Amino acid sequence: MNEFTLWDIVRNLLLAVPWTLLLSAIAFLGGGIVALILLVIGLGRYKKARLAVKLYVELFQSTPLLMQLFLVYFGLPLLNIDVSAWLAATVCLTLYSSAFLTDIWRGSVEALPRGQWDGSASLGLHYLAQLRLVILPQATRMAIPPTVGFLVQLVKSTALASIVGYHELTKTAQILTNATFQPFVIFGLVALMYFFICYPLTRWSRGLERRLARETQ
Amino acid sequence: MTYRLDFGALLQYLGFFLEGTAVTLGLTAFASLFGISIGIAGAAAMRSKNQWLRKLVAGYVELIRNTPFIVQMFFFFFGLPSLGLRLSALAAAALAMTINLAAYAIEIMRAGLEGVPIAQSEAARSLGLRPLPIFGLIVLPQALANVYPALVGQITITMLESAVVSQIAVVDLTHVADFIQSRSFRSFETYLVVTIIYLLLAIALRRLLAFAGRGLFAGRVR
Repeated sequence: MNEFTLWDIVRNLLLAVPWTLLLSAIAFLGGGIVALILLVIGLGRYKKARLAVKLYVELFQSTPLLMQLFLVYFGLPLLNIDVSAWLAATVCLTLYSSAFLTDIWRGSVEALPRGQWDGSASLGLHYLAQLRLVILPQATRMAIPPTVGFLVQLVKSTALASIVGYHELTKTAQILTNATFQPFVIFGLVALMYFFICYPLTRWSRGLERRLARETQ
Repeated sequence: MTYRLDFGALLQYLGFFLEGTAVTLGLTAFASLFGISIGIAGAAAMRSKNQWLRKLVAGYVELIRNTPFIVQMFFFFFGLPSLGLRLSALAAAALAMTINLAAYAIEIMRAGLEGVPIAQSEAARSLGLRPLPIFGLIVLPQALANVYPALVGQITITMLESAVVSQIAVVDLTHVADFIQSRSFRSFETYLVVTIIYLLLAIALRRLLAFAGRGLFAGRVR
């Protein structure tokens, strides 16, 4: 039987880290694009569309991510789409992050004084131009710290992809545990690895927040 | 061939759904009670003069907040037995949820305590109250009222995250769903129903706690 040294364990775990990062990055970028579209719809003047966006956000924030993952994993095949664990995790986490990002960004836009809308409208700008030239540049400043903060939540959320069988950090840890019977060491190391990914982001977000608070004072 | 949704097949499992819901709510109640208590103690410790105590609490908060809940739970359930501490699945789940919620509660309570004007405790001291009653009777109730909505939000998040405890075979709502879908072969329908139950629980929990808050803090909750 093969003996696993501590280095073997660390090496195998480190090899899984890029998959956690990749899933986080895709979900963040994809979620960001979807959120931007939802934001444009959700801030517009059509009441039903605004309500639909609110409902979308509420649904994702008020149900467990694990259930969302299962619904995508078992739901897509009903539409005759072949799902791998990779596809299900990517689709689900993209939708999940789009809901949270929409909420964060809408909050930043709504924090702007009403006069910015009125002023830009009085210049004859139409809705999209108002957003692009006046509203979003200002809201972005406020949105960045909480967006980085959400990135921490997203990285942690990717751990759930292990449950549908996507081989990222947590899944690799489970496989290694079954092979080596050293759960204490392995899950301790895995926790540390997540910590080393998330903690710098947390610090960064906090620093940005402080700087913004200073600037707006 | 198109798939037809069939929810009728799930009716016979009504009892299971109810049992799972009870376990999910029970775990949430346990974690909330102890997690928020630890949160209050931890937030108070963050204001102590002992800097080692402050650093210890801050380290705990950062460690928990920057690692996934599921890894924490696996560590308690699979990892601790190698130190000779064998927990049942239910105990490990309750412990993991409590420790997780406590870290967030410390952060929330710390903000709440900071929001209470210092004049409040100075006035209490001038009335001859000792430190413990000042904290317990004057500062803490105001701090709780300040951050009550944030605490309710965190309790709801804990309830939703508890779906993960099914992975160490705690028979909660999600585990019941896993079981039912393996028997009925109606995976999508089962998970849809359970997702709706979670949604209703989250809405009901928020409403109920907001209602309780209005009573507890006599209209002080914003």
